[in-house]
Amino acid sequence: MKLGNTRVASGTAVDEAREPVRRPAAQAVRTRRQVPGFVLSWGLFLILIGLWQLIVRAFDVSIVLVPAPSDVVRSLVDGLQSGFLLDHMWATLKEILIGFGLAIGMALVSAGLITQFRIVDKALLPILVLIQTIPKVAMAPLLLMWFGIGMTSKVLTIALIAYFPLLVNSILGLRSAEPEQIDMLRSFGASEFQIMRRLRLPSALPHIFAGLDVAVILSVTGAVVAEFVGATAGLGYTIQATNFNMDVARTFAVVVLLSVIGMTLHAVVVTLNRWLVFWAPSRKEHARDL
Amino acid sequence: MPTPSRPPTVTDVAVELHDITMRYQAKRGRSVLALDEVNLTITEGQFVSIVGPSGCGKSTLLKIVMGLTRQTAGEVVFGPSRSHENMLGMVFQQPLLLPWRTVAKNMLISHDLQPRLPRAELDKRVAEQLDMLGLRDFADQYPSELSGGMQQRVGIGRALLHDPRILLMDEPFGALDAMTRDQMGLDLLDIWERDRKTVLFVTHSIPEAVLLSDRVVVMTPRPGRIAEVIDVDLARPRRLEDINTPEFGEIASRIRVLLNSEHSAH
Repeated sequence: MKLGNTRVASGTAVDEAREPVRRPAAQAVRTRRQVPGFVLSWGLFLILIGLWQLIVRAFDVSIVLVPAPSDVVRSLVDGLQSGFLLDHMWATLKEILIGFGLAIGMALVSAGLITQFRIVDKALLPILVLIQTIPKVAMAPLLLMWFGIGMTSKVLTIALIAYFPLLVNSILGLRSAEPEQIDMLRSFGASEFQIMRRLRLPSALPHIFAGLDVAVILSVTGAVVAEFVGATAGLGYTIQATNFNMDVARTFAVVVLLSVIGMTLHAVVVTLNRWLVFWAPSRKEHARDL
Repeated sequence: MPTPSRPPTVTDVAVELHDITMRYQAKRGRSVLALDEVNLTITEGQFVSIVGPSGCGKSTLLKIVMGLTRQTAGEVVFGPSRSHENMLGMVFQQPLLLPWRTVAKNMLISHDLQPRLPRAELDKRVAEQLDMLGLRDFADQYPSELSGGMQQRVGIGRALLHDPRILLMDEPFGALDAMTRDQMGLDLLDIWERDRKTVLFVTHSIPEAVLLSDRVVVMTPRPGRIAEVIDVDLARPRRLEDINTPEFGEIASRIRVLLNSEHSAH
């Protein structure tokens, strides 16, 4: 007779039948000490960086091909101290913030109209779904042509890319209120507007934040792509310029800054989410919750 | 709760249902008759239960009285004795609390939607209400921190806060375990004894209906019709032990026989 983790006193078959079967308490079972996850991942990260440094130095890889991490750090520090990288970082961040804000505004308004008015839903949603199938980055050259090389074309590219995930999640969110909850509010004489404010909007928040999380990373991509197509400032522009000058260490430094922007914006979204949507059970389905 | 201005034995009409018919549009142009000419008069201050098998339209009937669903034909007439403000309050099968509001704030939802009382008066009422429901220490807790029974108490407090004339309850204890359910029924009777509101209580538990009610409306399965209205003449205040008395058993078995015969007729 076997019973999972149960320990059975050893002995002959006859003895075994007489011996009581014991199941020890949790403390009695030795558990292996758990190493915190962040220690493991940071450890691995540092090991990989170290390996990179080692390989580049050992095989004397040309700095024009792959710079060593130490070269990247030096270029990053130089660029930040001279203010060169900060200026371009600020240019890109500004584009992202304005474009992202625009996308949020447009997505919330159109989601509100689509969920509140059946006629808008029927007329507009199919068109939006159709537009969604277009790769948004393909629009960047057109936007550049229409709105010039300045910031406007970047802002619009970012807004276009961030808009759809926000829209879809906002629509889902605004429709997520339970019919019974709506009945409950109506039993107290709530108007449509009050149902929107007191129930539909708060219920939509967890979904909206899921959309924000996706859109915020997409908008960084959008900024880089838009600047690739044509720009006079920004980190995407800097990547192209340094690439052209074969200053690969600087290119890597810019990549680092881009991921800093991405991580920071993501952290802002996650923090706001925890703060505003405190009632929702914490979800651990985002791999990026590092 | 403020003391009632009317004696508990008034015989005014609280609400009358005239030939209430409800027809749903089903697929392929067919329609389903959910309620068929339901006529019922409910006297003010009475505790009336509606029992019937699932799908007999008893919840629909309650929603029609509440005004959440519009009947296909027929009329709901409320008694003229008091103003139409604060007329109805509803308790649902689920607590339906808003998870982002504390217990006290959930109770205050009716005020947030339609302010009627000054804030100070309201806070007093909330405190009284919480006391009465045994939730005094939970005012600032969030619903997720409460048990199912406590959540439903908040649901009851929320419906009572604006002092409705008629309380509609749609299987309010249906989602609770048997022991909590009994206790909640008795607590509800306690609350009801204080000012004897008109209560319309939907359930499919026969003992619950008999224990709580002055009258039990027995409904037939689809289409929902009233099979019979049975008076429960047991003395009040009632206790859980009353379930074991022969009078109780007799009334309960009458209802059971009615429900069974309606079942076999279909």
